[in-house]
Amino acid sequence: MRSSQPNAQIKKQPGTAQARTQSGSVAMARRISGRNRFIERDFAGYLYIAPAFLVVGVFFFCPLGLLIWMALHDWPLLGKPQFQGLANFAALFQDTTFWESFWFTAKYTMVITPAIFLLAYGLALLINSRAPGTGVFRTIYFLPVVIGLGTASLLWVWLLNDQVGMLHRILVSWGWLREPALANGNTAFLAVIAMVIWKTVGFTMVLLLVGMQAIPNDLYEAARIDGASWWAQQLNITFPLLRATFALALIMSVVGSFLAFDQFYIMTGGGPDNSTITVVYWIYRASFTYFKLGYGAAMSLVLMAGLTILSAFQLLILRERND
Amino acid sequence: MNMVQPAVRRPVWYVACSLIAVLFLAPILWSILTSLKLPAEANASPPELIPSRLSAENYVALLGYGGGIMHYFGNSLIVASLTVIGIVILSTLAGYGFSRFKFPLKGSLFLTLLVTLMVPFQSILTPLFLVLRVLHLQNSLLGLALVNITFQLPFSIFMLRNSFDGIPRELDDAAAIDGCNSLRLLLRVLLPVAMPGLVSVALFAFLASWNEFLAALIFLTDSDKFTLPVMLLNAQSGYLGTIDWGLMQAGITLTMLPCAILFLLLQRYYVRGLISGAIK
Repeated sequence: MRSSQPNAQIKKQPGTAQARTQSGSVAMARRISGRNRFIERDFAGYLYIAPAFLVVGVFFFCPLGLLIWMALHDWPLLGKPQFQGLANFAALFQDTTFWESFWFTAKYTMVITPAIFLLAYGLALLINSRAPGTGVFRTIYFLPVVIGLGTASLLWVWLLNDQVGMLHRILVSWGWLREPALANGNTAFLAVIAMVIWKTVGFTMVLLLVGMQAIPNDLYEAARIDGASWWAQQLNITFPLLRATFALALIMSVVGSFLAFDQFYIMTGGGPDNSTITVVYWIYRASFTYFKLGYGAAMSLVLMAGLTILSAFQLLILRERND
Repeated sequence: MNMVQPAVRRPVWYVACSLIAVLFLAPILWSILTSLKLPAEANASPPELIPSRLSAENYVALLGYGGGIMHYFGNSLIVASLTVIGIVILSTLAGYGFSRFKFPLKGSLFLTLLVTLMVPFQSILTPLFLVLRVLHLQNSLLGLALVNITFQLPFSIFMLRNSFDGIPRELDDAAAIDGCNSLRLLLRVLLPVAMPGLVSVALFAFLASWNEFLAALIFLTDSDKFTLPVMLLNAQSGYLGTIDWGLMQAGITLTMLPCAILFLLLQRYYVRGLISGAIK
């Protein structure tokens, strides 16, 4: 990853050698073909990007604009929307379920992010090796990443079923579990955490591994010659050089966890007693079960703003440590 | 950790890695094994690990489940294929446009595209539902594919722009001398060279579409339009009677298998895409 950064930097400077070659080639082409190829090259670009922008415009920017408009209305599924200003946002502050879902999602994010991060770091250390067979292990650890979150959730519901589930049977025989795991708020929370770790830890592991393998080996050798311990090498070489990778993994994990839906919808259905409802789950219910589309839009807007601020904040913290 | 493993420690390392591998593989293998049990054994409580004999009965039952499993498999395949085709065409054209042409506002347009990556699609589902309804694309496989395409597109364009940027301009010049127009240059000269990037993009699009759950849950309302994950959830909720666990595992296996096979075959392209996506 680090090794390819110089390339990326070269690409980002269009005013230099590359641009010169291009205009050179254009001039040459014009001379050869005898017509004004420069003009063709100039505006043909719009034709190539137009189809993509049409799709993104209709299915992304239209909904995005509509989102703000809807948030200001009482918007039922059928019938006429009523403008009501900021009433949806006022209602949002009174909505205890929204705030409970917010805190639950925050708790989930704060538990799962460090858990995945530490386990992924450990796995990456373990698998960062040149021993034969390493590739096979890496592939196996990564395999659950490519099966869907929905499918993985369905699979774990079965594993934890109190009648036919093998995992339930094992946990009961170890004395770790007495009742069905998904019937109790705390064990259901842990069950979802375990499933998500199993499903996604391989992804973070590969991210970290790519970063680790880009660190030149000479640095470690020099440190060893100076008598630095393994921990000192981690602290002074690996951690600082992996900062960009850490930031990326952290942001992806926090944003991904805050948007959690599939695993709770399928594994717990928000229960027991609405104790495992996430923000996206509550937006889904408000919009598509109660059909309060305007209210759903207002909550989506708050979620979007929150996540953007969170990402910016995380980047800022990691930048400051950098200096 | 770049350390040379002493010969003594290597067996310990293999044992540790293998044990962890078992943890990752066990749920998948258990599911596959159970799908091959006799239906009575698959539903037995407490469960046994090893089937007394292998049987395809669960898969036969799955063929006749609801509208027939192949119908739902087909729905998933249609959505995934439309998504892949759309992504390949749109991102190739746009990636080429951004890489090889100079035009006013190019930088801002590219930045606009990247900014969309920061808006989670979950947060615009509610208005998207209305947009699809107005266009008569709600409850349609094409509509779902278009939603998948939209949210895969910025990343795909970004990747292909980089792939095209990596191809030397001398190739363009040579083609221009031969009298190639810009579309022929793209199709005949540049695309073959950019193929690895295109394969990564197509693979990501397929996996994202095949595994997509929330949008399928919201936008598909008729049960005969359901994709595999939504159909399986209905089967597991027991809306249509008691849950047949053997049949469920056959369905889960069928849903996991295409992803696992594609990943194992195209792993190189997957990791490549992951790395170049991460560098952004």
